Formats: sequence, C-alpha cells, structure tokens
Amino acid sequence: MARSITFMQAINEALAQEMERDERVIVMGEDNAGGAGAPGEDDAWGGVMGVTKGLYQKFPGRVLDTPISESAFIGAAAGAAASGLRPVAELMFVDFFGVCMDQIYNQAAKFRYMFGGKAVTPLVIRTMYGAGIRAAAQHSQSLYPIFTHIPGLKVVVPSNPYDAKGLMIASIRDDDPVMFFENKVLYATEGEVPEEPYEIPLGEAEYVREGDDVTIVAIGRMVQMAQEAAEALADEGIECEIVDPRTTSPLDTETIFESVENTGRLVVVDESNPRCSLAADICAQVAQELFDDLEAAPKMVTAPHTPPPFSPVLEDLYVPDAERVAAAVREVTGAGAKA
Amino acid sequence: MSETQQITRLTMPKWGLTMTEGTVVQWLVGEGEEVSKGDEIIEVESEKINNAVESPASGVLRRHVAQEGDVLPVGGLLGVIADASVPDSEIDAFVEGFRESFVPQEEEAVSSEPETVEVDGREIQYLKMGEEAATPLILIPGFGGDINIFVFNQQTLSAERPVYAIDLPGHGGSSKDVDGGDLAFFVRTVAGFMDALGIERAHLAGHSMGGLVAAAFALEHTDRVVSLTLISSAGLGEEINGDYVEGFIAANRRRQMKDVLGLLFANPELVNRQLVNDVLRYKRLDGVDNALRTIAENLFPGGHQANVLDLGSLRVPVLAVWGSEDAIVPVSHTENLPEGARVEVIGGSGHMSHMEEAGRFNRIISGFLSEAER
Repeated sequence: MARSITFMQAINEALAQEMERDERVIVMGEDNAGGAGAPGEDDAWGGVMGVTKGLYQKFPGRVLDTPISESAFIGAAAGAAASGLRPVAELMFVDFFGVCMDQIYNQAAKFRYMFGGKAVTPLVIRTMYGAGIRAAAQHSQSLYPIFTHIPGLKVVVPSNPYDAKGLMIASIRDDDPVMFFENKVLYATEGEVPEEPYEIPLGEAEYVREGDDVTIVAIGRMVQMAQEAAEALADEGIECEIVDPRTTSPLDTETIFESVENTGRLVVVDESNPRCSLAADICAQVAQELFDDLEAAPKMVTAPHTPPPFSPVLEDLYVPDAERVAAAVREVTGAGAKA
Repeated sequence: MSETQQITRLTMPKWGLTMTEGTVVQWLVGEGEEVSKGDEIIEVESEKINNAVESPASGVLRRHVAQEGDVLPVGGLLGVIADASVPDSEIDAFVEGFRESFVPQEEEAVSSEPETVEVDGREIQYLKMGEEAATPLILIPGFGGDINIFVFNQQTLSAERPVYAIDLPGHGGSSKDVDGGDLAFFVRTVAGFMDALGIERAHLAGHSMGGLVAAAFALEHTDRVVSLTLISSAGLGEEINGDYVEGFIAANRRRQMKDVLGLLFANPELVNRQLVNDVLRYKRLDGVDNALRTIAENLFPGGHQANVLDLGSLRVPVLAVWGSEDAIVPVSHTENLPEGARVEVIGGSGHMSHMEEAGRFNRIISGFLSEAER
C-alpha cells in the first residue's frame, strides 16, 4: 500500500529496508548515528539534516559516526565496499568533495576496470546539493556534472519521494559506486510511496508530463520548476513534455531523443553552472543526433557561471525558476521575445 | 440544473478511484443525431485509458457542450440529450443552469477505497462497492492484473449488489508471497477471503487466470457459488499465449511493457504511458518477479495451461464472455464449455473485453446475474 511520506522519509525507509534485508549494508558519516549509543543520546541526530535518524536504534553497530575527515571515511567506505560490505557513506555537502576526490574517482571508480572485473565496489555516497537555504557558496553547489564526467561512477539525482526510495534501493543493490545527490530543498516534499521495497533501474528516464510542443528535460529539483512552467504555458496553449532523467550516469538518451523527435524543440533545466553542465551535455547530444528533427536551437536554463551568492536576494535569482523556464520555452516555440 | 424527463445530461464519468478529470478525445455522434440508450456517444481519455461513454438515455443529442480536447472534472457537462420537441431555449437554459450550480466533487468525497483483510497470514487487498442487500459478486483479476482492471465495470455492477474486486496474492496491493503458486492455493485464498468477510455465497466472475481460480473454486465449493462468469478465461483448454506470459514477466522497461500489454487489446493504442507505468511500478516491487515466475511455472509451464477443468458436472449457471480477437486465450475454448453454458463473444475486442467494450459487457453480466438469482 502506498501512502504519502516526505523525500527524507523515503530515503530513510530505503536505508532501513535494505539494512533489514542485507546485513552487509552499513551506514557511515559525520553524525550519522549522531551520538546514539552513547549514554543519554538515544534519540540523537541522524546526519546534519536527520536523514539517518532512527537507524542506529534499529541496527546498532551498523551505523557509524565518523571523524570530520572525508578523506578518511570515504576512503574507508571504498575499501569496505571492495572487501565485502555494501556501505552507504554520507558526504554531508557535495561541496566538500575536494578533500576526498582521489578516493572516489581514482580508487572506487577504477577498481572494476583495473582489476579486470574481479573486484566490485558496491559503494553508495549520499550527498546534498543545491542552493536555496542561505548556506552560501561552500554549501550550495550543484556539482553532479563533475561526477557524471567520470566513467566508473553512476550518478543519481532524484526529483521526488517515489523515485528517491526506488533509486536508493537500486543504488545499494548495484555493484558499482553510485553518487546519490539529494537536493536539500526537496527533503520536505511529500509524495505517494509504496511501503514495500522496490527498485527503479538506474538509467531509465521518466515522462513527468506529456505534450507535443516542446521537450523540457529537467533534473532533480528543477522538475518542479518545469512543472510549474508547464502549467502556466498550458494556459497559453503550449503543451510541454517533461522528461526527468533521474540518473545522469547512465543517461537515458533513448527517452530524451524519443521525446525530442516528437516535439522538435528542447529546453534543458539544470541547477548547475552552465559550462560543461548536464544541460550542455544533453543539448550537444541532441544537436548531434537529431539536428534534422529540430525546429529551433536547443536552449539551456541553468544557474549563472558564478558561485551561489550569500545574499538571499541574489540566491533567489541564482536558481532557475518557473518564469525563466517558461521564457525559454516561449523562445524555442517562437511564442515570445528573445530572452 | 433540474433534470426533466425530456432533458438528460451526459456527464464526465468517474473511472476508478484516482480519476478527477477527463479529456474529450472525440464525439462519436454529431449534434442533432438520434441516439439510443447505451449507444457509444463520446470518447473520453482518463490518465489511464481511453474509453467510450454511453448514452444514458434515448433521444436526440442536442448539444456538444464540451469540445474535443477539453478537460472536464468528473461530473462536468459533456452534452445534452433531449427529445426533438424540446425547444432550443430550454436546452440553453438547462446548460446555463448546470454551469451556474455545478461544483466539482472534492477528491476527499471518494466513497470507496481499497481495504485489506488477513487470509492465512497474508494481507489481501480488496475494493468493495455497493451496499444493496443482495448476493454479492466477487471479481477476480488474472495473471499480473489487479482490482483496477475492473475500473469500468465495478461501479455499474454495484448498483444492484455489493461487488468485491480482490487482488490475488502476488498481485496489486496483496502480499507477494504465493506459497507454492498452484491452483489449490488460490482456491484456498478465495475461500479464506469469503470466510473472513462473512460471505457465505456469491456470484464469482474471473478474468483469465482469475477465471480458472473461480471455476476451480466452483467445482470444490459448489454450494457457495450462485453463478460463475468466465471472462477470456484460463482453464478450458491447453493453449495460452506463452510469449505473453514470458514477456510480461521479463519486461522491465516501458517500451517492452507497452508491446507486451498491447497483446491484451484488439486495439493496442489503448495502452498509454500511465497504464505502462502503473504496471511497471507493480512489477518493480520486491517479491513480484518471484511470485509471477512461481505462478507461471505452476499454471502455465512451457507456454501451456497445466489445468484444464471439466465443468460438465457443475450445477451452477455458467456464462463465458470472450473478445473475438483475444490473442492470449483463444476464443475457441468456449467450445469446451458444458452444454447449457451461455457464451457471449464480443466482436472487435481482445483479451480485455470488459475494458474495451465495457458498456456491452456490463449489460451482459448484469442480465446474467439477475437471471441466475431467479
């Protein structure tokens, strides 16, 4: 039976159900147990936002608080994965990847390839991304394109609670290292989620909305912006199709191409900075493969090429919103002035 | 919005629990044309499936109030049917009156929602509609199906009797454990379900594998069955489309699933993305793959039916309804029914005649159940 729970609860439930199913699954990170297990700390924090709250009580000994040393515990998680466990490590903010990147891209991502398939690395790194909570330039970036660039890593960017649970379970069961990106603004979003465990295959996009006039590919939280824009545009007689890739690596280009072949127009909404972004990548692939099907040049809607601002006023302008998406759609459909 | 004997409103139907609005695909009858009660009059698309709405009355279709492409809430006015003698001004006043007083139903006002009951340690999900004090009807879906396949039937049939649609183990919202997955297990489950709800006797209607279960139940518990309706049923012959069974189990992507589901309908266009997504969501639940494989190995090994029942000794009224274009279980299996069984073949529909030709199907079942009670 499905019931309505939050994005955060969906991830927590996925972790709990997989820990229940498979004792090799462990959870580790800064404050993941939050001091639970220590005297007087039975209802402690589960990570900085509370995503892993309650897991320690259910699985004592399998939820580990780590020192504030990403280079140490991400490396430990990669090693544990290569030697038989299935760790889910929390890199609190993806902005901190700089201190543990070698462990991710030159170790975990390479094991299967360099050991001729004899080693697997069933590692999941959960990490928060995105602007919108006044956390400034060092805690607000959308850096999934950097990881998407690296062969050997899978990259998941869910947009809603149903997908978050199914993709987390699939990530844990996958034998390759997975970067799991959680937009902090989405944590309180509610949606229908089945109680039972289920898997959503990594590499399958979802049609969020069907329409014939323009394809909007939107990633993570940007799916909401695209939906808002599509509602408004429907009143103007423009029917948008929204495709949510759900994973940026592997990327379901088949579904994206299928949609663009039908609509002939593409807008990609990506919260990252524009250069070498998912938006740039998707526009390039569509231009290369479907040039003759296109009725207009593909359009990117992204953050500007600056760090996320600390000023609330500027931060609100920084993240793409429904109005900017709608303006881009009007431009590619010829319904509005050049933005 | 008073409805007189002369003026009848045609409104957006509610197909299933989640439907709140529908889109007008096309009018099948022009303005000013005569219609008889039960004629297909307009095609409507819900998020799940397209279907035709039947005329609620005989007369002249005086107005297309809704136009093709319009999206209307459930209960919204599609058109007006009236006798040719009713003046246009009265029709206009009727439409105006409806518009002024119509309030779309709130989602919370949904009367029936699925419930669960425990049977032999498993949760069985069911949906009950109808409160009449009459012999109930139990609808049993087939392999891979759930209560939603009766979305165009249950409400209509519940006007005369309580109607229960159940999810068999391994299906829908019921527990996914199917024990040995053999026929006796499903028969026990149906008996346990009736016991748990205090249903002594009932009409049973099963679709495909659900028909096999209903028939086997009727043979074993004849005194608890008032009538038996077999819809494109398994259990009457050895042939079955093994590619469908295997394909349904194997499909884990939208495109594969769309092709497989297309086999169910005479018109594969009826399979839309929402239907495909709903089936995939079900199939991706833990335990479903195992349940389906176990059932298929038991009931349809090697692409054949393992259980061919002899209903010759069965002393309850039997109705078989089949789509002439059924690509899963051949319509020729109706020849294996005992003498005295009523057979209705619905032309132009496939394995899902209860969805594809819902209006006709409902009238056939409704008439049969009433007769069986006499």
